[in-house]
Amino acid sequence: MTASPHSDPEPVVRFDNVGMRYGRGPEILRDLSFDLPRGSFQFLTGPSGAGKTSLLKLIYLAAKPSRGLISFFGRDAATLPRGELPDLRRSIGVVFQEFRLLNHLSVFDNVALPLRVTGRKRSDYAEDVAELLAWVGLGDKMTALPPTLSGGEQQRVAIARAVVGQPEILIADEPTGNVDAEMGMRLLRLFVELNKLGTTIVIATHDLQLVRMIDAPVMTLSNGHLHIRPPRSERQRHAEAREADGREALDSVAQAGRPAGNRVSADEGEDGDD
Amino acid sequence: MTDALPKPPSGGSGRLLPPDTGRDRPLFLVAAILVFLACIAALGARGAWVQAQAWTSDLEGSLTIQVRPVGDRDTSEDAARAAEIARGLSGVRDATAHDRDHALSLLAPWLGEGNLPDDLPLPLLVEVELDTATVRDGGIAVAAMQAELDAAGIAASVDDHSRWAGAVRRAARTAQTLGLSLLALLAGAAAAVVAFAARASLAARVDVIDALHLCGAEDRFIAGLFQRRFFMLGLKSGVAGAVIAALVSILVSLGRAPADMAFFLPQWDAAPFELLLLGGAPLLAGLTAAISARLAVVSDLRGRW
Ligand SMILES: Nc1ncnc2c1ncn2[C@@H]1O[C@H](COP(=O)(O)OP(=O)(O)OP(=O)(O)O)[C@@H](O)[C@H]1O
Ligand SMILES: [Mg+2]
Repeated sequence: MTASPHSDPEPVVRFDNVGMRYGRGPEILRDLSFDLPRGSFQFLTGPSGAGKTSLLKLIYLAAKPSRGLISFFGRDAATLPRGELPDLRRSIGVVFQEFRLLNHLSVFDNVALPLRVTGRKRSDYAEDVAELLAWVGLGDKMTALPPTLSGGEQQRVAIARAVVGQPEILIADEPTGNVDAEMGMRLLRLFVELNKLGTTIVIATHDLQLVRMIDAPVMTLSNGHLHIRPPRSERQRHAEAREADGREALDSVAQAGRPAGNRVSADEGEDGDD
Repeated sequence: MTDALPKPPSGGSGRLLPPDTGRDRPLFLVAAILVFLACIAALGARGAWVQAQAWTSDLEGSLTIQVRPVGDRDTSEDAARAAEIARGLSGVRDATAHDRDHALSLLAPWLGEGNLPDDLPLPLLVEVELDTATVRDGGIAVAAMQAELDAAGIAASVDDHSRWAGAVRRAARTAQTLGLSLLALLAGAAAAVVAFAARASLAARVDVIDALHLCGAEDRFIAGLFQRRFFMLGLKSGVAGAVIAALVSILVSLGRAPADMAFFLPQWDAAPFELLLLGGAPLLAGLTAAISARLAVVSDLRGRW
């Protein structure tokens, strides 16, 4: 497991030796320790079945870890009183891999759902919802029911629902899996915009094209373990440092606290990318 | 995509919990039947109480003096004297001595008519009616009346009906307890049925619950959706059940028959209490359904994180 944990004094999310299993099954996630610093942007990748969705479930409070500690904004989630969980959940927007739209509600009502559960009046938010829907290209589908939409359209509804409440954390599970490259770019730009406004973002994806587009750390799950590859700019700084002083290179790597093997695998992954 | 100014769709928000007619209709029927039975049980309990009230006041409002034939004394004369003595006591409104024919007519159901020899001595009855005020104050001193009769040399015994009144009151209490227990059982059954239905409807709508829950809806928000729905369902079933119960009891009291049914059901023409009971039943059914649904949903939500 990568070290370098816990540099931010109060990250929005902190995992400490977290393990997770379903029922009596094998441990799917093992010894995860990492921070999601405030306002950070990261990708999460890994082969199918590696546990990406499971890890995200832990972050959006749909599952409890079987061991270890997860804290949000410096508070241990396991000891949070039940009454405080709804507020915490409202600060986390989620794009589910399978969308989870409510088929009996219109596109507009689906997107408005996170605002509605807070007890706000429709007249309060109707304009904002409509504007957001227009922005994701669904301005003329507001009264449609989800089953009548294409996969890509449903995905955009799911994304609109996740961001409409201006959450502090945005979790997206394969958010561009069903849209063409152009719409994928457009959605990615939406995430980047939100990130600039301070939203902490985690995007799980198989799409390396997408990953390459942004200079962000990449969390990779395999065999239950997590590897974190720092953003390209940071790696370049290290490489330059190594070139500048070959003898100090090792120290620099050690200081960053990342095992050499990690960096190698990251470099391999990059072959032919740039 | 951004050419036109976006306008939110007009009209209100869609219902978060869509009606579930397939599941609701049988539930509606079962709840309506339960409410109907509960109304009949309550009306029966009430009817038994009213009847017992009427009967015991009849019994307590009168005394019976039995004048026994002794030797060669004239029993009818003794009876007339006994009535006179009774009339002389305070608290007695009137006293009537019955003759031998009256005694024979009382025996006829058991012995048949004309089967008794004319000279067979028979005890005669004197019926004593009491003042209403006296009855309210607990009747008159039976012992005093007995003493007066004894002093006059009349072989007579006074019966204040307390044995019968007690039996009627006990029977009425039993009928009432039975009716109320039936009511409690039916309410329990209704609550259980609704809890079961609420859980089923929860399971069928787990997508809605999940979405709301993960959006940060509070437990009471989600429970409120189910609670409102089941309140309406209980209310509607309650109205149906109570209306049918009212119709049945009106029919029975109008036809005044069959008599054994009329015994349990109230006389419809003067029954504000019964109207209140039938009017309150739907509300009670709605509340029972709402509370039961709420408990079911909250206990399910507590099982989530
Ligand atoms: N609810 C569940 N109950 C039991 N096992 C589960 C459950 N959900 C997932 N798993 C198992 O956990 C493992 C990780 O699943 P997960 O969905 O997290 O993978 P993933 O990385 O998101 O895969 P994909 O890229 O295909 O979406 C899989 O082996 C899966 O079978
Ligand atoms: Mg997944």
